[in-house]
Amino acid sequence: MNINATLLGQTIMFVMFVWFCMKFVWPPITNAMGERAKRIADGLAAGERGKSELDLATKRSLEILHEAKQKAAEVIAQAESRAAQIVDEAKAGAREEGERLLNGAKAEIEQEVFRAREALRDQVAALAVAGAEKILRHEVDAAKHAELLKSIQSEL
Amino acid sequence: MASETLTSSEYIRHHLQNLTFGHLPNGSWGVAQTAEQAREMGFWALNLDTFFVSFILGAVFLFIFSKAAKGATAGVPSGLQNFAEWVVEFIETSVRGSFSGRNDLVAPLALTIFFWIFLMNWMDLIPVDYIHVLANAVGLPFFKSVPTTDPNATFGMSIGVFLLVLYYSVKVKGLGGFIGELTLQPFGKFGLPANLFLEGVNLISKPVSLALRLFGNMYAGEMIFILIALLPFWLQWTLSLPWAIFHILIVTLQAFIFMTLTIVYLDMAHQEHH
Repeated sequence: MNINATLLGQTIMFVMFVWFCMKFVWPPITNAMGERAKRIADGLAAGERGKSELDLATKRSLEILHEAKQKAAEVIAQAESRAAQIVDEAKAGAREEGERLLNGAKAEIEQEVFRAREALRDQVAALAVAGAEKILRHEVDAAKHAELLKSIQSEL
Repeated sequence: MASETLTSSEYIRHHLQNLTFGHLPNGSWGVAQTAEQAREMGFWALNLDTFFVSFILGAVFLFIFSKAAKGATAGVPSGLQNFAEWVVEFIETSVRGSFSGRNDLVAPLALTIFFWIFLMNWMDLIPVDYIHVLANAVGLPFFKSVPTTDPNATFGMSIGVFLLVLYYSVKVKGLGGFIGELTLQPFGKFGLPANLFLEGVNLISKPVSLALRLFGNMYAGEMIFILIALLPFWLQWTLSLPWAIFHILIVTLQAFIFMTLTIVYLDMAHQEHH
């Protein structure tokens, strides 16, 4: 238990160990710890941000869905009204066409009737003239009485 | 060397003698073979066992921690890094609790002190005769395996701390401020001699108490282990087991106290007026 030069040697050794520890041991470990702490903090912040972004996106998607539903309803309503319109238009067109055909047919019938009447009149006149000719073979001159015959014909 | 030819007091004295290298009486340099020879060597002698064991333990500490430091990443830490970070965090908490200034030296200093002393104290728990028998087998007359039971080791550290205290006192307060602190309080400038005496004792008591507390505690612990070793072998465990378990506490506590007081002393050195 003598105090001797070991004292100096131990002091030097102590200083060397402390120097080594301060130079090569402490900084890397504390740096790594600090960096990890920062990384964890960053990760937590990123997680928080992601969560809020997810919330926002969910809200937005709901909004879009809602909008789309509204639009779809609008489109359906429009289509329905358009369909009704088309049906109405078609109905009106068909009615018009029918009327037009009917009118055409009526006019044709009238024309036919007129024409048949004319033909009938001609024939009756011819028959009357022929009958009269037969009766009055001699007294009646066709050329002389043409005017008379014609007036009879028009009265028929 | 627990042979039957030794008496109890010889056995104890043998265990408490350092392996000393120095100037032998016959004029040559060599290892002292007896306690008297070691005493006569005077100041210029080296306790080889203290030197060797403390160096190995310090190297082991630095090797483990520098390995952890080299592999330190900010990613998921592995086992060794976990351990190193746990210790570092513990030291950092202690430093933050007691040290108010900003100094990058204090925390690594505290780590070195704590772990080195812890390992040196831990040597106390190796059964007292193991290393002795081993050392005698290779021809060494003495071998004291616990460096902290050698006052040279504890004073070596406390003087290192003391030099740092002086350095930072002067650096922070200036030479005038430091001298003023030693001479102008607590009684004002007219009580200068009394001030110098009180503050001087206060200053000197720091390294002395640091060294003697650790030395005394470990020396006493080692002594009790040696005394227990004198009992019959079948009875030893009844005392050595409880004492060893209790000693685990002492070992850690003494290392912690040395570290904490070092931090506190350096904190006082950094404070302008206290």
